[in-house]
Amino acid sequence: MPEWLIIGLLIVAKLGLIFMVLLTLAAYLVLAERKILGRMQLRPGPNRVGPFGLMQPLADVIKLLTKEDFIPARADKWLFILAPGLAAVTALLTFAVVPFGPPLTLFGHQVPLVVCDLNIGVLFFLGLSSLAVYGMTLGGWASNSKYSLMGAIRGLSQLISYELSMGLALVPVVMLARSFSLTDIVMAQADVPFALVNPLAFLIFLISAVAESKRIPFDLPEAENELVGGFHTEYSGMRFGLFFVGEYINLIILGSMLTVFFLGGWMGPFLPGVVWFSIKVLFVCFFFIWVRGTMPRLRYDQLMHFGWKILLPLSLLNVLLTGALLLWRQG
Amino acid sequence: MLSILFYLFATVAIFSAFYVTKARNPVNSALCLVTTFICFAVLYITLDAPFMAAIQIIVYAGAIIVLIIFVIMLLNLGTAVKKRYTHALAWGAALSVIMLFITNTFIRRGVPTGKLGDVTTQMIHSYGHTELIGMALFTEFLLPFEIASILLLVAIVGAIILSKRQV
Amino acid sequence: MLENYLPILVLVGIAFAFAVAVVILSRLVGPNKPNDIKLAPYECGMPLLSSARDRFSIKFYIVAVTFIVFDIEVAFLYPWAVVFKQLGWYGAVTMGIFLFVLIVGFVYEWKKGALEWE
Repeated sequence: MPEWLIIGLLIVAKLGLIFMVLLTLAAYLVLAERKILGRMQLRPGPNRVGPFGLMQPLADVIKLLTKEDFIPARADKWLFILAPGLAAVTALLTFAVVPFGPPLTLFGHQVPLVVCDLNIGVLFFLGLSSLAVYGMTLGGWASNSKYSLMGAIRGLSQLISYELSMGLALVPVVMLARSFSLTDIVMAQADVPFALVNPLAFLIFLISAVAESKRIPFDLPEAENELVGGFHTEYSGMRFGLFFVGEYINLIILGSMLTVFFLGGWMGPFLPGVVWFSIKVLFVCFFFIWVRGTMPRLRYDQLMHFGWKILLPLSLLNVLLTGALLLWRQG
Repeated sequence: MLSILFYLFATVAIFSAFYVTKARNPVNSALCLVTTFICFAVLYITLDAPFMAAIQIIVYAGAIIVLIIFVIMLLNLGTAVKKRYTHALAWGAALSVIMLFITNTFIRRGVPTGKLGDVTTQMIHSYGHTELIGMALFTEFLLPFEIASILLLVAIVGAIILSKRQV
Repeated sequence: MLENYLPILVLVGIAFAFAVAVVILSRLVGPNKPNDIKLAPYECGMPLLSSARDRFSIKFYIVAVTFIVFDIEVAFLYPWAVVFKQLGWYGAVTMGIFLFVLIVGFVYEWKKGALEWE
């Protein structure tokens, strides 16, 4: 067997494994969310399928697969087909740069526990999150239904508004780590996580992440009591499933990014790195679910005011202050 | 390997760029433009310019196309425009084939000349592409950089004047 | 260097294959009995009132333009952020001037009420 074939097969195997883990995690995150929300609302949540409802994700998949998959007559057919795929693919791709453990030493080789340790990792994440708007926008537009279009337009404005604060909150992180590589950023937090070094950036990133995930209190693109289902009103069956999976994978990605940028990634005492990383990511996901169980939805004007008049100036100020402080300490 | 990649992405870029002008539906056009930009980004990566690739995606594919899509939705250009055949199409096609031919002939005849810059591939690998751009931007190209801020200021002012009934 | 990006290309392939496979599978497994009413756009059970592609507020346009401006600004901030230690105060001042000009634009926009939503 030629060597390039072996390398290729290794890459496919590694990616396939990560892919399966990510999908399973997303499916169980849905169950966890329903369980936790249920408990918060004093009801047991799904508990019929299997012990403690643990087979619920499987039942959901079967249900989505056997539902009728149709394309509305007035829809733009190709865009309608393409959009859910785009939403799922952009979400899945981002995980390629997330380092989920410290580099291993195998046979004298340094093997980083990341699909590809890009030297522009931060920009890769930002670029993909700016492409992630297309699945939602095109889906909403192609459906040719007013609820979908309204959801898509709202969502597009919301995502681009909070993407700015997100990008600006990462500038101090890059200044502190002086690298775009996510592995380097985690390494730079060996002593203190950046959440303690720059709490303001952490807070801004956290709020923007909730907004980017299109969840309560920022779930205006799919506000179900005014827009039916928002941008995915017209979608059924597995196409809806792809949007749904994309959303939960996005949640895991945002959790991992928060962990990598601000919570010290895989760093932690006693336990192995991968375990620490998973604990932190799951905790962030739990926090997102908790927020959903607690908060009411914002009004659209409040959402835009908050993004543009509070978060954006604050994050600009934070960049300037961090820069000045670092230079002053350097002398 | 590299040249296969280059030809693959260059072909996709050219075809989607062609489809941008050909598509009847403006949203499809915009989407094809995104594809073209993504192909450009891949080409930048093969040229050892990852920062340019990222900026290509973030600014062009992520921001400018978003504006274009907004404008398409805003003006309600969604309905497909009826295509009408004109002779201009044939003339345009003929002209571009001739242009392609001429360019190709001259490229094959000529010898590339000109000075190589200071930055080498080794420097990019050892020092980092973004770092090199940062250093150049803030020393050698400081004036264009500051002028860019004025350009952006004009863009904000222009957008407000265009969209407000009374300024 | 370049082989770093190869897995991403493979991942794009896998992700698209997954998306296509799932949809095809559901086509094969699920029923397919379309009728006119089912294929009509959702309108809370009423007959369709008007075209869905309505015009909407110009506000969204301003948001998009401002987004481009600030996105470019962020794109300039990143190369500065990696080398700002080498550049020192000189770099901070030049970036300060750049940001100042943009903040002037932002304040203008704010005062003109372009950021108001009612």
